[in-house]
Amino acid sequence: MLMISPRMASGMQEKQYTPSLLSFFIYNPKFGPREGEEEKKILFYHPIEIEKNEKIRNVGLCEAIVQFTRTFCPTKPAKSLHTQKNRQFFHEPEENYWMVMVVRNPMVEKPNKDGKPPTVEYQEEEIIDSVYGSVLQQCYSMYKLFNGTFSRAFEAGGVELLTQKLEKFFYRYLQTLHLQSCDLLDVFGGISFFPLDKMTYLKIQSFVNRVEESLSLVKYTAFLYNDQLIWSGLEQDDMRILYKYLTTSLFPRHTEPELAGRDSPLRPEVAGNLLHYGRFLTGPANLKDPEAKFRFPRIFVNTEDSCEELHLIVYKAMSAAVCFMINASVDLNREFCEKLDSLVGPQLTLLASDICEQYNINRRISGPEKEPQFKFIYFNHMNLAEKSTIHMRKMASVSLTSVHPDLMKILGDINCDFARVDEDEEIIVKAMTDYWVVGKKSDQRELYVILNQKNANLIEVNEEVKRLCATQFNNIFFLD
Amino acid sequence: MNDEYYLELSENPVQFENASSVNNVFFDEANKQVFAVRSGGATGVVVKGPDDKSSVAFRMDDKGEVKCIKFSLGNKILAVQRTTKSVDFINFIPDYPHLEFSHECKTKNASILGFCWTNWNEIVFVTDQGIEFYQVLPDKRTLKLLKSQSINVNWYIYCPETAVLLLSTTVQGNVLQPFAFKTATMSKMSKFEIELPAVPKPAKLSLSERDIAVATIYDQLYVMYLKHHSRTTNSPGAEVVLYHLPREGTCKRTNVLRLNTTGKFAINVVDNLVVVHHQSTQTSLIYDIKLRELDGNVNVHQPVLPARSINPFKIPLTGPAAAPSQAPLPCELYSSSWSVFQPDIIISASEGFLWYLQVKLQPTLNLLQDKGKLMDFLLRRRDCKMVILSVCSQMLIGGDKGNLSVVATVFDKLNQVYKEYLDAEQAYTAAMESGPSRSSAYKRPVRTQAVIDQSDMYTHVLSDFTEKKEVKHKFIIAVVMEYIRSLNQFQIPVQHYLYELVIKTLVQHNLFYMLHQFLQYHVLTDSKPLACLLLSLESTYPPAYQLSLDMLKRLSTANDEIVEVLLSKQQVLGALRFIRSVGGHDNASARKFLDAARQTNDTMLFYTIFRFFETRNMRLRGNPGFNPGEHCEEHVSYFKQVFGESAVMKPTTA
Repeated sequence: MLMISPRMASGMQEKQYTPSLLSFFIYNPKFGPREGEEEKKILFYHPIEIEKNEKIRNVGLCEAIVQFTRTFCPTKPAKSLHTQKNRQFFHEPEENYWMVMVVRNPMVEKPNKDGKPPTVEYQEEEIIDSVYGSVLQQCYSMYKLFNGTFSRAFEAGGVELLTQKLEKFFYRYLQTLHLQSCDLLDVFGGISFFPLDKMTYLKIQSFVNRVEESLSLVKYTAFLYNDQLIWSGLEQDDMRILYKYLTTSLFPRHTEPELAGRDSPLRPEVAGNLLHYGRFLTGPANLKDPEAKFRFPRIFVNTEDSCEELHLIVYKAMSAAVCFMINASVDLNREFCEKLDSLVGPQLTLLASDICEQYNINRRISGPEKEPQFKFIYFNHMNLAEKSTIHMRKMASVSLTSVHPDLMKILGDINCDFARVDEDEEIIVKAMTDYWVVGKKSDQRELYVILNQKNANLIEVNEEVKRLCATQFNNIFFLD
Repeated sequence: MNDEYYLELSENPVQFENASSVNNVFFDEANKQVFAVRSGGATGVVVKGPDDKSSVAFRMDDKGEVKCIKFSLGNKILAVQRTTKSVDFINFIPDYPHLEFSHECKTKNASILGFCWTNWNEIVFVTDQGIEFYQVLPDKRTLKLLKSQSINVNWYIYCPETAVLLLSTTVQGNVLQPFAFKTATMSKMSKFEIELPAVPKPAKLSLSERDIAVATIYDQLYVMYLKHHSRTTNSPGAEVVLYHLPREGTCKRTNVLRLNTTGKFAINVVDNLVVVHHQSTQTSLIYDIKLRELDGNVNVHQPVLPARSINPFKIPLTGPAAAPSQAPLPCELYSSSWSVFQPDIIISASEGFLWYLQVKLQPTLNLLQDKGKLMDFLLRRRDCKMVILSVCSQMLIGGDKGNLSVVATVFDKLNQVYKEYLDAEQAYTAAMESGPSRSSAYKRPVRTQAVIDQSDMYTHVLSDFTEKKEVKHKFIIAVVMEYIRSLNQFQIPVQHYLYELVIKTLVQHNLFYMLHQFLQYHVLTDSKPLACLLLSLESTYPPAYQLSLDMLKRLSTANDEIVEVLLSKQQVLGALRFIRSVGGHDNASARKFLDAARQTNDTMLFYTIFRFFETRNMRLRGNPGFNPGEHCEEHVSYFKQVFGESAVMKPTTA
């Protein structure tokens, strides 16, 4: 799978290649400690076509690097290896289980006259460690969400089961990695929260509590609107990865039948005399179908201690989506799904239109002057709240940004600087072409602002950022 | 079974000498007095009222059989009717001659059906040919005619509460003509017709006064018609038809109470409930006319509760005849000798008791399963508070635990009443503040027992409930959140202790992320105490620190607290930058900052802070030194010790 998307540079016939995935493998040195058994260490290797000995060589190299660097700092093993052509990322999510991702550096191909082969120039400094390191960690979290830990599979069915699971999961998952569009948001892995007034929020609370009472099987509930989170009964870390799955994978896969025309077959049916727009995004596509299957994806949460396996039911009405999580030992049948549908469908439909109405009212009150003229990214480590006016709506395939990649790179660099110290700080960078980039860190919050003002000086930029904080973040404590 | 009786007779009935051949008993609904007239009054008249003050005993000459006897309001003048032509009067005003005087009705050939006092000195004679409204002049011992009206009268009913007199006219007697009285004036209200179940031929008097009662229900005057079961129509049983009689405008048939049975009935009105006694089954039914929304013109009601007998009454044995060993005698309920008067009086003339009928609310808890309906019912009752609170407790803890939607319904009903009261109170306060001229139009709203506020709910229901070990914490949180939701829905500001309850419960069960989300959406309203509470949680849940600071910031009145928090975190520079950003650095205590800076053991930080305040002093006073009041001497000498004498800023000499 080569993900090369050439970008045409102006004038010259230059070809720009974005970063792409060269290989991805998982190994455990304990599984083949003796010479001649090296292959046993390898649990998963992508691309699969690679010759066995090369696989062994690559794994061995990684092992050696990690082992070697450990001598310098035993507590913090190497996280990445920079080379001219590519960069390797190492991650040990569970003891002795190593995940390695090799990313090819972006490059520019310059044509040469006289039919000579083009000159290739690798841009080895363009890749930010923290971004791709986070991508690798996310790969593990996503695997764990659907499969539990590596050691769990190993304990249940040995290497055979583990490799099976890894292959099944990563074969598809790696195709959805879009390394060319990874940026600061991947470092944060934040959650976008839906802004809502207190009353509507309380109504949602009330709805969740009542449903959990009537359907006592439901252990956890999460409520989203417009792909933004409103309520999570799951703990923060579990919600973070579930949110990622929902917003980048599940939701984009489902077109909106409520947007479909009146006579469209996608339009939901009228159940009895109660019109509601509720439908299952996981499980049965159509309850009326006698052949309908009542199988739901299973997820693993609280893997740190109790490790619960749950059915994940995602039910949606208009823009409101609710995740119901039920202990996996329970068999879910038609009867339960029908009960859920008839109970939740009408209420959720009503609630969704309430939220929509309230949201529009609030938007009207706040008025257009509150619309951000600024491009910024905000992230709060405490509640993982993120907000970006730089990114367009996330698509299934790519996340679109409205600023030049060079600026995104600066944001990533500032973030790395912030990560190094605990103190609050502020960094202002003058970028090319009239852009100013400002990074602020206050307690657990980070704010990145991109300003485009001709001939602005440092003081003016500082004032501008103060103004932004006063309008956009006036209800939180943000040190100047 | 004992706790199922929802009606009872007053514990201390008014006792009087029972009716006999020598003792006639009369009851006056206006003053609620029982008259025991022995031998036409010659051997004594004993008047017993609801309290001792209204009880009187006197003698009068026996001038023939007494037909009717009543005091005017305040026991000023006694009126006695002995013949169909005249009424006799006796002054009971001190210093006025105690002599009887008599007044004949002015209409020739008319016979007096009765009379009623409408004031302390105003009286209406009702004759078969009309009414005569008089003013009694006790000093002159004469009556002055104020007004009269001629109309054929079959019978009449007087409602003393509203001073409305109802006359039965026409041959069938079913056209009722009401009159309203007010000091010296009499006004004719619009007449109305009671629909009879069948029209007899030839026409004859078909509506009896026994089947009509008048009472006020929810501050409105109603005429209640007991419509007996008729064989011709296919009605399953008798019913009570209510006609609403407004002060102005036409009388309308508004409610029908289905009795679902036949036989002999009597009606009382207690606590705005219509009580219908059924003699043959010895049970009573109660109806609340507000308990169903109007649909169409006439509202049909079923009994609120299943039929039950009045709580058995034991006659207390008093006086010398009572031996201590003797058990009190049970009293015969629904006896044929009972007379029922409006609104809530039951008299047993043969036994000499007058009771007030009362509604007990506690038994309704078990008789009315629908909690929403029960709440509607209870909220309109007089002594409802404790019962309502016990319903709430029961639905949260008891065996018949209600589900959350029931809980929500109940909370919403309570808060609706609570909100109405708060609004009225606010409107009143606003009116009072706007000046006395307009305030007279507003009456201070009465706080009825139905107003259940947050402190009631907290003290009697929620604090106990949240302590219960056997209740799942999920349910506890859901209930408290539901209550907060309901308060918010009615825009009632939530009291701090409810938030504390939520936080306490969440913290107890380590549900910090849940708490975080609530705060994120400002479900728990910002306040200094709440911010301090959060701050105290920091050691167990670090993000509480951020939440607390955010809250203090939003309050905008808590800048001092923010500085304190930051200083306690040794964020001295941060604190200084903050106070400068809010413009408070001119008045900030230098000592406080210097203390904190010293504690960090960071001499450069200390230097910076010291320098900052020197510069400030310079700007404010033209001298970098500290005032003695600032108590910074210790820090000045430390500064000199560390950085040298020369490092101290010198006052610029101009």
